[in-house]
Amino acid sequence: MNALNLKKGSTSHSAYNLRSLADTTIESHTLTIMVDNEAGVLARVIGLFAGRGYNIESLTVAEVDHEGKRSRITVVTTGTPAVIEQIKAQLGRLVPVYEVHDLTIEGASVERELALLKVTGTGEKRVEAMRIAEVFRARVVDSTLESFVFEITGAPKKIDAFTDLMRPLGLMDSARTGVAAISRGV
Amino acid sequence: MKTQMTGAEIVVQALKDQGVDTVFGYPGGAMLPIYDVIFQQNDIRHILVRHEQGAAHAAEGYARSTGKPGVVLVTSGPGATNTVTGLTDALLDSIPMVVLSAQVPTSMIGTDAFQEADTVGITRPCTKHNWLVKDTEELAHTVHKAFHVATTGRPGPVLVDIPKDVQFADGAYVPPNKAEIGHYSPRVKGDTDAITALVEMIEKAERPILYTGGGVINSGPAASMLLREFTNATNIPLTSTLMGLGAYPASGDHWLGMLGMHGTYESNMAMHDCDLMICVGARFDDRITGRLDAFSPGSTKVQIDIDPSSVNKVVEVDLPIIGDIGHVLETLLKIWKSRGRKVNSAAIDKWWGQINDWRAVNCLAYEQKGSIIKPQYALERLEALTKGRDRYVTTEVGQHQMWAAQFLGFDDPNRWMTSGGLGTMGYGLPASVGVQIAHPESLVINVAGEASFLMNMQEMGTAVQYRLPVKQFILNNERLGMVRQWQDLLHGSRHSHSWSESLPDFVKMAEAFGAKGIRCDDPTKLDDAIQEMLDYDGPVIFDCMVEKHENCFPMIPSGKAHNEMLMGDASTEGAIDTAGAVLV
Ligand SMILES: Cc1ncc(C[n+]2csc(CCOP(=O)(O)OP(=O)(O)O)c2C)c(N)n1
Ligand SMILES: [Mg+2]
Repeated sequence: MNALNLKKGSTSHSAYNLRSLADTTIESHTLTIMVDNEAGVLARVIGLFAGRGYNIESLTVAEVDHEGKRSRITVVTTGTPAVIEQIKAQLGRLVPVYEVHDLTIEGASVERELALLKVTGTGEKRVEAMRIAEVFRARVVDSTLESFVFEITGAPKKIDAFTDLMRPLGLMDSARTGVAAISRGV
Repeated sequence: MKTQMTGAEIVVQALKDQGVDTVFGYPGGAMLPIYDVIFQQNDIRHILVRHEQGAAHAAEGYARSTGKPGVVLVTSGPGATNTVTGLTDALLDSIPMVVLSAQVPTSMIGTDAFQEADTVGITRPCTKHNWLVKDTEELAHTVHKAFHVATTGRPGPVLVDIPKDVQFADGAYVPPNKAEIGHYSPRVKGDTDAITALVEMIEKAERPILYTGGGVINSGPAASMLLREFTNATNIPLTSTLMGLGAYPASGDHWLGMLGMHGTYESNMAMHDCDLMICVGARFDDRITGRLDAFSPGSTKVQIDIDPSSVNKVVEVDLPIIGDIGHVLETLLKIWKSRGRKVNSAAIDKWWGQINDWRAVNCLAYEQKGSIIKPQYALERLEALTKGRDRYVTTEVGQHQMWAAQFLGFDDPNRWMTSGGLGTMGYGLPASVGVQIAHPESLVINVAGEASFLMNMQEMGTAVQYRLPVKQFILNNERLGMVRQWQDLLHGSRHSHSWSESLPDFVKMAEAFGAKGIRCDDPTKLDDAIQEMLDYDGPVIFDCMVEKHENCFPMIPSGKAHNEMLMGDASTEGAIDTAGAVLV
């Protein structure tokens, strides 16, 4: 009979956690949750994360089926594999939840985020911002003589990179939607 | 039946159609429309408690002893907030309960109106689900859905918050079979391949053990019968959590006693040394496992549970089987029989030899000598004098609770009501009220500590009003005994605020409420006094003065393993090291 590998099944929030957590790897997972679009459903999901000490890196929610009153919540969360499994099980037993998918392990998926960035400046900096925006296929959605608002969509990493490049060029403000994700194929 | 009704009528009709015969409640301004309908009907009996926490625990006692959901009616604001402890208690112990709370009128929500509280916000983390109903047309659907959710899958408490204008307005009534109850339907059938894999393990196991919990009782009496059949047929030893007592009879041959922090030596040693652990409707609570990295290190672990989140939460199991205990046990028995009823008999006989050696340690031994009643002795006499009777037992929380679990035997499910997960002092008296309401002819005893008893003592008024002959058996050590025990163990016996000072005279208290009071402090008079309590046809407070410094053993100190138990004669000083001292 095989011995129990406690680390694998352990969680980091147990009061009795006297185990070494040395080889506990933290992973990032993108979960999509189909829920009834009823009052308080988001509070329930967020409350679960807060109450059990799980992390939320990003969260988006919107109704995706008006007739069926269903919303899709996309959460990017981090934790050890055991914690991620617990998060999914805990989400799965909420009454308004239809299904929970872990896009990170369930085959290929696409992830997209939209950001709006306000960049101010004149002269060479303004020209350079415009040039980089073209490379990243960001669109100008508002402009004055001293400012642009760029709209960019892409994987979160692409938006991070664009944001980093805009910083020295006069980045004033930015707004991000958080990740929306969906599996590839059928 | 007319289909247009007021919201208040809809609520009461829905309760009737759900088969509710009793509600526990307390009125107030926002609840008046529903109370007015309650007044004008006779199908549902309303039990007026003395505090809404009492209503919630009474409903828990009712639910636990009948298998039916307990129902609570409370008003807005303080009425609703007073149920929070009961809701949390029911959530942790998976007790089906439906709380209907009133709310200020919809037009006033959010204005800090008189007796307004964000009840769904406050109770969201302590219910399985909750709803605020803003439209009378939704009311019947929501109440039916509430019963569905409370009783389906892993049971639990739910709350429906009903604004006063929604109670007054007219709406359509729909019966349960026409209601939109949504998509909530956890799977109940276990995976056959997984169950077959378990049968293969059972056929080979040399040192198997069944570790059963409250899930068996929640699954219904049939699950307990199947568990007995399976245990007796396979000759596998069985232990249970506090919540699972009675699923397998305490008088059964395979019973090892309760396991865990105050479990028996043989249970904990067998858990530690087993090679196959079959967890049935239990959840590896920290009171059960002790130190995790030393928890049953050599065993293959199988867990049967209806709730996937119970699996791999604290202990990784090798084989999870998700499903209702009754369904899974039925399939398990069928497959095991069809494969020829095989077990490794020679090895299991040897395993029993080992277990019987552990049993011979006689871990619950104590000495009743001198003129002071030992709490264990009091319970042993209570057991002897009530055994075989149609008996239900509730408890408060503390040492007395653990001794009750050790010294009282339960041969049937639904006979033992205790606050396991939350450990709520003040649970036992109101719970005994709820049990007695459900079982008017039975003997209902609350084994209490004097401190816990005071937390909801107002419910003696309820007991007297409804002529409930509940027996409050207080093991009075004039101490917050369990706290004092922990202070002995890890705080150098500095007994910080663990005394019960200025205690009331419980005999006079009983009389003030219109009940009977009995005091006993003499072991030679104990039997007669208990008999007097049993013979009295009415509520009794029995003030049993016991040894003040007795500690509850065996004990796995926090941070220790199952095979590092402290026994009755152990020194408690410094038994818990610094790593253990941070634990609860
Ligand atoms: C509501 C609540 N508050 C505090 C505690 C912590 N606590 C656990 S046992 C205990 C002492 C209980 O004393 P008593 O009811 O006299 O029982 P004994 O241990 O003496 O048998 C306390 C304070 C609790 N479990 N519940
Ligand atoms: Mg006490």
